[in-house]
Amino acid sequence: MTILFSVLLIFAVAFVGPMAAKYLKNYSGWALSLVPLTVFLWFTGFIPEISGGSVINESYVWVSYLGINMSFYLDGLSLMFALIVTGVGTFIMIYGGGYLGSDPNLGRFYFSVLLFMGSMLGVVLADNIIALFIFWELTSISSYLLIGYKHNKEDSRKSALQALLVTGSGGLAMLAGFILLAIMTGTMEISEMFTQSGIVSEHPWYLGMLILVLIGAFTKSAQFPFHFWLPGAMAAPTPVSAYLHSATMVKAGVYLLARLSPVLSGTIEWTYIVTLFGAVTMLIGAWLALAHTDLKKILAYSTVMALGTLTMLLGMGHEYAVKAVAVFILGHSLYKGALFMVAGTVDHEAGTRDVRFISGLRKTMPFTATFGCIAALSMAGLAPLLGFIGKELVYEAALSASVFPLFLITAAVVSNIAVVASSGIVAIRPFFGEYKEHGKQVHEAPVSMWIGPAFLSVLSIVFGVLPFLIDGSIISKAAASIAGTPELVVSLSLWHGINAALILSVVTFASGVAVYMVWNKFRDSKGFQGYDRWMGEGPKNGYENILAGVLNFASVQTRFFQNGYLRYYLLTVLSFFVLIVGFTLFTKTDVSLMADFSDISFYEWTIALVIVVAAFAAVMAGSGLVAIAALGVAGYSISLLYVLFSAPDLAITQVLVETLTVILVALVLIHIPKFTATTSTSSKVRDGIIAGAAGTLVTLIVLAVLTVDFDPFMTDYFAENSYVVAYGRNIVNVILVDFRALDTFGEIVVIGVAGVGVYGLIKLGKSLFRKEEGKTV
Amino acid sequence: MKSVILQTATRLLFPLLLIFSVFLFFRGHNEPGGGFIGGLVGAAAFVLFAVAFGTEITRKLLRMDPRVMVGWGLFFALLSGIMSMMAGDSFFTGQWVFPILFGSELHVGTPLIFDIGVYLVVVGFTLAVIFALEEEDN
Repeated sequence: MTILFSVLLIFAVAFVGPMAAKYLKNYSGWALSLVPLTVFLWFTGFIPEISGGSVINESYVWVSYLGINMSFYLDGLSLMFALIVTGVGTFIMIYGGGYLGSDPNLGRFYFSVLLFMGSMLGVVLADNIIALFIFWELTSISSYLLIGYKHNKEDSRKSALQALLVTGSGGLAMLAGFILLAIMTGTMEISEMFTQSGIVSEHPWYLGMLILVLIGAFTKSAQFPFHFWLPGAMAAPTPVSAYLHSATMVKAGVYLLARLSPVLSGTIEWTYIVTLFGAVTMLIGAWLALAHTDLKKILAYSTVMALGTLTMLLGMGHEYAVKAVAVFILGHSLYKGALFMVAGTVDHEAGTRDVRFISGLRKTMPFTATFGCIAALSMAGLAPLLGFIGKELVYEAALSASVFPLFLITAAVVSNIAVVASSGIVAIRPFFGEYKEHGKQVHEAPVSMWIGPAFLSVLSIVFGVLPFLIDGSIISKAAASIAGTPELVVSLSLWHGINAALILSVVTFASGVAVYMVWNKFRDSKGFQGYDRWMGEGPKNGYENILAGVLNFASVQTRFFQNGYLRYYLLTVLSFFVLIVGFTLFTKTDVSLMADFSDISFYEWTIALVIVVAAFAAVMAGSGLVAIAALGVAGYSISLLYVLFSAPDLAITQVLVETLTVILVALVLIHIPKFTATTSTSSKVRDGIIAGAAGTLVTLIVLAVLTVDFDPFMTDYFAENSYVVAYGRNIVNVILVDFRALDTFGEIVVIGVAGVGVYGLIKLGKSLFRKEEGKTV
Repeated sequence: MKSVILQTATRLLFPLLLIFSVFLFFRGHNEPGGGFIGGLVGAAAFVLFAVAFGTEITRKLLRMDPRVMVGWGLFFALLSGIMSMMAGDSFFTGQWVFPILFGSELHVGTPLIFDIGVYLVVVGFTLAVIFALEEEDN
């Protein structure tokens, strides 16, 4: 097995997903989970090698002359992410099979989620930035499909589009940044950029490139002010939220920052921008969580907080910070993935996930409650769970920050107070207290729906109590990759003695409990609701206004240019042609007419005359049928000219096209109004001037072409190689189907698309028209 | 519009046009012709038939929905490109075999498959549009 194969395997299975859903029914989730499990186990086999300090490169030539390769790079960071993607993915497949169970669209879920899994694996393993970009956009597209899974709900469709537009446009900015980066470093392989950080940070384009790349990372990882798409994405089924919108996809932006950190970080620009955006996101997201009562919304905003924390840490970039990043990513994926699944299970069994309406479920759902509580303890950052170690490291990192340490540590503590309160809400509200009757008989969920939370939350304890299991094997090398110093060693332990971080943790926990106690009143207070309106809804409204503006502009300019009258389309096209091409012709070239009429024989003159007469006849014609016949004469005469100048292929094509055109136009003519109805004298004059100008311009261009020296290189090449290389004597055809087959392919695709368009206009246009008529009558 | 002359002539012309279309298609390799031209003649044959006998019978005769034909055409064209990739060359590099049939060597390659694709797209497109327009009149 190779890295490429592992990615392709998941893509391939995506296509089998719908069949698995159809034939394996309730076992389909279990069966399909074997695929990510296999890949996960295969990647665990790399741990000894990677932790020993080596890295693995794998490269396949793709578009060699552009430097684009399908290349992969496996080091500590990408290995950790690959394990998270496939490990969590295994449980998501099982959970998804149980959660969506009898849903008729289950097959589509499997397809999209496996498509996502393969793409995400590609993102974290890709070495070539173009390959990374393609996988990156594939995750956006599969995320779109998954958020819009319940496609008959308007809310789902809207949220899906919102997530796609925000992350997709960010991705385009990122592509521009990548291309600048490639020009600056002269390579498209990230692993070759690591040694060039000096060149990059000194480069005059540095700031522009950095901002573009950051837009890509910030939109994907839901940083303020782009954070609004993430809570919106909660319209997706819960397995999707647990996977894409907590553990994996939203971390792609963080991954990108971490991956490029050795190349881009260390400058004042990086430190200020990344740290501050991260800190602000962390602070705003953490408290927005408390404004909601929907379990998934609370978890989504606490994910925004976590992503902000990671971004802030990457901005600091010192040794404590990169350690904290590595531990926090793993810890967060474990507890947040588990909590989302628990929230989904509660929703599935109790029929609601609003904490105001559910309580006391611990007796009826003992497993779900237990694992949910463990995960929530890890999120709250309590010992002895992995979340505790992560939070301690965050505090230590903030304490030793080089820029505004006081602000950062305050922000971190204030945010974590909110997180403690949120953890309390998601763990205590649904499971403890008095059981509330609300009509639905609640049962424990099937094993498929608690095995995922079980594994993930138990791992939070295991890694917390026995941190030596992960620190040398995975965390050290992941942190070393981010820092760009291979010799960095991380040793984790639960107990650090009584230090500043521990004291802050105690303060955080006590304050968090206090906030939880007053949450009911606090949540409904006017000031806090206003905060939610400004920080949560505000950016979303901004997005919607921009979107509405774009659509409005599009419809105004469409109504202006595409007014539904074919003659005005022609008018617009020809006018622009005359203006733009004419301008270029007269300003950029010196037009010298070297027309030599001496060796033109009489029959060539005759054909030319026929064409001219036919053209005028078409213009003067009183009915459409006469006009089309006259145009046919012009067309056939032109094909005669082709014959005279020995271009038989062109001539045949021209004759055939003319013939079919006459039939086509004859069929269309019936629907076109009489000439007299559409032409006044003034419009005839206007049309005449524009037509005359266009004709004159084309004549001038043709004459100007004659004065340019003809380079016979291509002609000679085709003539020499047509039979030798392509075994055909008809050069025209060989060019069409062999030498330039890609162009032809593009053309037939255009024909196909045009066919769909024309067909749609004929079939659908009329029914739309009829509907409109019905309305007006 | 039923015309006995047109219908009788079409009965004779239709098979001839189809044969001519295939002839032009194969001839294109060394002489004027090819998928595009062959496709236009093939389309013309069916259009003639449709004018003489109506689109309903012609659709039955064609067996395949012209829109589907466009899809198959694009598929064949793409397939020929992918076959080159399978052989380890870049997209759309011609791959050839030279079987000997009845004592003469034939040149068979992926451009042939590509040209079949072009042929199908041209026929499919033309017929989809013209049939739709003709049916619109009724």
